[in-house]
Amino acid sequence: MKRIFLLLSLVLGLCATSVRADVDPAALKALGADDFDAKSGAIATLVAAGDADARRILTALSDDALAVAGERIVIVAGDQVLDAATGAAIKPTPASPESISLNNSLRQQVNSALAALRLLSADRAERLASAKSLLSDMGEGATLLPLLDKALKQEQDGEIKPILVQLRAQASLASPDAALRLQAVKDLSNSASPAVKALLLGLLEKQGDTFVEPDEKVRAEAQFAIKAIDSRLVWSDLSGRLFTGISLGSILLLAALGLAITYGVMGVINMAHGELLMVGAYSAYAMQGLFRSHLPDYVDYYVVAAVPVAFFAAALVGMAMERTVIRHLYGRPLETLLATWGLSLVLIQAARLLFGAQNVEVANPAWMSGGLQLAENLSLPWNRLVIVAFSGFVLLVVWLMMNKTRLGMFVRAVTQNRPMAGCVGVPTARIDTLAFGIGSGIAGLGGVALSQIANVGPDMGQGYIVDSFMVVVLGGVGQLAGAVWAALGLGVVTKFLEGWAGAVIAKILVLVFIIVFIQKRPQGLFALKGRFVE
Amino acid sequence: MRTPVTVKLFAGLGPKGWLAVALAALVGWVLVPMAHLLLPEGHPLHVSTYAITLIGKILCYAVVAVAMDLIWGFGGILSLGHGVFFALGGYSFGMYLMRQIGREGSYQSDLPDFMVFLDWKELPWYWTGSDHFLWALFLAVAVPGLIAWIFGYFAFRSRIKGVYFSIITQALTYAAMLFFFRNETGFGGNNGFTDFKRILGYSVTAPETRLALFGLSVALLLGALILGRVLIASKFGKVLTAIRDSESRVMFIGYNPLHYKLFIWTLSAMLCGLAGALYVPQVGIINPSEMSVANSIEIAIWVAVGGRGTLIGPVLGAGIVNLSKSWFTTSFPEYWLFFLGLLFILVTLYLPQGVVGAWAKLRSRKAAKPAAPAPAPSVKAAATPEPEMPAGSAAKGASA
Repeated sequence: MKRIFLLLSLVLGLCATSVRADVDPAALKALGADDFDAKSGAIATLVAAGDADARRILTALSDDALAVAGERIVIVAGDQVLDAATGAAIKPTPASPESISLNNSLRQQVNSALAALRLLSADRAERLASAKSLLSDMGEGATLLPLLDKALKQEQDGEIKPILVQLRAQASLASPDAALRLQAVKDLSNSASPAVKALLLGLLEKQGDTFVEPDEKVRAEAQFAIKAIDSRLVWSDLSGRLFTGISLGSILLLAALGLAITYGVMGVINMAHGELLMVGAYSAYAMQGLFRSHLPDYVDYYVVAAVPVAFFAAALVGMAMERTVIRHLYGRPLETLLATWGLSLVLIQAARLLFGAQNVEVANPAWMSGGLQLAENLSLPWNRLVIVAFSGFVLLVVWLMMNKTRLGMFVRAVTQNRPMAGCVGVPTARIDTLAFGIGSGIAGLGGVALSQIANVGPDMGQGYIVDSFMVVVLGGVGQLAGAVWAALGLGVVTKFLEGWAGAVIAKILVLVFIIVFIQKRPQGLFALKGRFVE
Repeated sequence: MRTPVTVKLFAGLGPKGWLAVALAALVGWVLVPMAHLLLPEGHPLHVSTYAITLIGKILCYAVVAVAMDLIWGFGGILSLGHGVFFALGGYSFGMYLMRQIGREGSYQSDLPDFMVFLDWKELPWYWTGSDHFLWALFLAVAVPGLIAWIFGYFAFRSRIKGVYFSIITQALTYAAMLFFFRNETGFGGNNGFTDFKRILGYSVTAPETRLALFGLSVALLLGALILGRVLIASKFGKVLTAIRDSESRVMFIGYNPLHYKLFIWTLSAMLCGLAGALYVPQVGIINPSEMSVANSIEIAIWVAVGGRGTLIGPVLGAGIVNLSKSWFTTSFPEYWLFFLGLLFILVTLYLPQGVVGAWAKLRSRKAAKPAAPAPAPSVKAAATPEPEMPAGSAAKGASA
């Protein structure tokens, strides 16, 4: 029964297309002409019709399948030859159909016409995609106007409609009617997209002695619209930068929190700290592989599982490092620096041998991809939002641990005065190992976060050691609040400088700033009060 | 009454030292060139061109190691940025070598090839005068010196030291490397300078030129060693080691450590610059990877392997590490980083005074068996322990 119904509907559908097969024969014929202007006109006519036949013919044209066979225009589909007007197979197959050639501008016209035709599709996603693609590249807009009008009339969706309004305005900018152009400019002034701004700026350009836009009124209106767009762009641009700054800052914070603890407690710089980030990132990679092969249904949650795994993996590596090497170098901070550098080389090479020298692919889970669209040119990626929230959570946990637990109290005691803490019975050696483990574990967490936004490779950690040490220097030793402010401040300042002067200059400027800053406040932003001699 | 410099020089080295210098000069200037030029290719004592270039390169590294030792071994300042000074010297001299190519580049232009490639019409201002040999040589010393002086002045003035100083020099290195990787900087970007043709009109690949450069490297190393010996034996050197061992006490006595540290720091950078200038024509290329963070730290391990606080130690260390590097990278390239990493760890753990320190210890132990323990005075100077500081307060060293 069902099958019969299906068949029936199929037949009906076929009938429907054949009934509506009223393709303008003149236009179809013009497609086969040698004259490119005639072809262009024919394409415009087809687009204006905007039906399934037009779509079929244009698709064939764009695939170079449209051909001339004697008097008829046909579509070559494999062995078959179809009549272009009806879509029915022609028997007997005509001999040697001659393919219709396109030049570049015609091809572009066909492509944008096809995109425009998709605006009438029943599938919402397809309409949205085609509207967006037209927004970035419309080509010869004037020919699409009738179609856009038609699409605008049909469109009900709240997200697509404003795009269509803008598209229509863009298309009518090319129209010869000055009133229409004026209205278009007015419509465009509501936009906040850089592309529209460039379009309007194009109107004000001079070609020889005359402006691109001949009408004075339209030009004045365009000036006004550009100003309006600019003020909107500035805000979304600023907030976008602020957000990337905060997101960089939260990564720096995750990298620096662990360093602040180990440096605060033991006074040694762990040059292998960046490699602990790497251990965390590779743990995320390993968990992803494990989930893919054993728990494919829950693969989106591998990140959640990776968090504890990365913490313990990095903590274990860190504690092993402390027990075997760093412990024996207490009181020799410079040599610790060299030894931990050696450790980092060994870890890097080990990662190369285990996972290969190439970067590995760590995919964002579905719930972390995409972004929160706040404005036309401001979208906050979910993965970065999650990372900001995650580092806030880690910060909270570390704060609670340092201030509310016995272990945290011991760690603070050893940081402030090691011999005195030992005298009152704090097991300083064990505290060292634990503190190092916790600091390393936090670096591992940072690695998981990093795996979601950056490349995961054997030497991914190398770049972070300097930056995270800068955070510790700036914030002051053993100060959580200092580390937070310094990380966020450095992140935001770096991103703003990058926008202004480029990444390299920004890096150098930040470095100069830190050196100058240490001149003024050698103990960092938040210094421990006390009297120190050496 | 002031002692004349010549007398100071002689007294600083002693007859044994001068004998060693003379021997080294004999080997470097007479025996090796003879073995290279006179002996036939198959002769067991023949020194090949490859060996000349390799040893010449290592001699340049040894000069850098000595420079590093002056500030780390005697001044207690661990710099992780000496690779930058070395590369700056190399780049300064490389500018001259690039200009010497003349119109023989692939674009037959007066400008270096990479500038033609970037469509630059004229030389940037800082290339002015780079076609003069002496100016380039001056730049090779002056640029690292000036940068070191400015950086050192601000760093030492605010008493940044210990790991703080090390990390900041590392950040400086990182920034410098990024800066030189840019094409807009005007030093060839990623590719740096290469394809040199001539130096002072002589072909850089000719065996005679190579030997001359080799001889100059020997001279530079000997000069650096003599200079180091004289400096360390002088009053200046005594204050410097005192600063290393306890900076606060030196300050309380009434010295200003700033000038001492700044002088040795700048001098060390200038030595590195000279070594870089000699290195580039021998190796035939200079590019930003020479400034990488890893390279600068490697310099420290040369010194550590050989023995800090001795002058001959860094030379030995540079030789040992670099010879094993060229052996490893050809035979077991995957394991070189493991070896280097383990070298860092094991040397700091078990050989805190390096090879020289271990040798001295062995000898003094042998000497102690028959007679009363009396370590040689030179060993005592070398084996000065790291300043004893309670670990907790050492952490605040830089903040005090």
